Amino acid sequence: MIGLNHYLLLGAVLFCLSIAGIIINRKNVIVLLMCIELMLLAVNVNFIAFSRFNAEVSGQVFVFFILTVAAAEAAIGLAILVTLFRNRRTINVAELDSLKG
Amino acid sequence: MSPELIFFWAFFTVAVLAAVGVISLKNPVHAALSLVLTFFTAACLWLLLQAEFLGITLILVYVGAVMVLFLFVVMMLDINTTPLREGFAKYFPIGMLVAGVMLLEILGLLGLKESAGWPELSASDPATALGKSNIQWIGEALFTRFMLPFEIAAVILTVAIVVAVMLTLRRRTGTKTQDPSRQVMVRREDRVRLVKMKAETKQESSP
Repeated sequence: MIGLNHYLLLGAVLFCLSIAGIIINRKNVIVLLMCIELMLLAVNVNFIAFSRFNAEVSGQVFVFFILTVAAAEAAIGLAILVTLFRNRRTINVAELDSLKG
Repeated sequence: MSPELIFFWAFFTVAVLAAVGVISLKNPVHAALSLVLTFFTAACLWLLLQAEFLGITLILVYVGAVMVLFLFVVMMLDINTTPLREGFAKYFPIGMLVAGVMLLEILGLLGLKESAGWPELSASDPATALGKSNIQWIGEALFTRFMLPFEIAAVILTVAIVVAVMLTLRRRTGTKTQDPSRQVMVRREDRVRLVKMKAETKQESSP
């Protein structure tokens, strides 16, 4: 029989993979944004599993709000990325150091 | 092994492999497509948990909108990926180390409960137990207890639209565009000039 921990395991594995992705792809802003989306997905899996386990609707409602905020975040992040590329001709994080003293 | 468990492990494997693809593929387009597969598989897993509304929403909103936006941006920007990959081999061990340690810690916490057996999910989902569908269950909570957060979410989305348009809007010089506000403000005096002149008379044609 399928248990709560199966889903928690999935959430943990996805979250750790996205952490590793953020560390090893630290030059590429697009992949960084994708890793953040993956991280939010891992959190959502946990929320839904707990919502089902505790028979509580708040978990699923919270996932709904996380989806909303993540969509807004992706839209604004990509808009910033497009503006950045237009002005600097690069999306390499290592070269974005104009605020460095 | 119950069929549900077989499906779970199949989806689990696909989701994890696709997530590995997201962080390791060289081409950002392939990484984005791999992320689409991850989201789709996660939606299947949510359907397995009988969270139908959120599963469908994940596909519609994420695969249908957000990931298409990602692909659109990746394909629009002409990115040379070679310099973006240079730290890959250098940071690979430390990344794997951090992720591995984190995973071990989380698994340790999950294992603490193991002595009492893994907590089982109830056979019927809570919405069905109340005699409602999943959408009705969520909707009733959303429009009563969570009304204010729901409206704030709507405001956030509106602000996001405005910000995204504002950030990427660029005025080019030399393009011909309409300006509706100037069009409706036009007065008769700006366009029509009346000239006083003598009335023309018909000339007698010469024989």
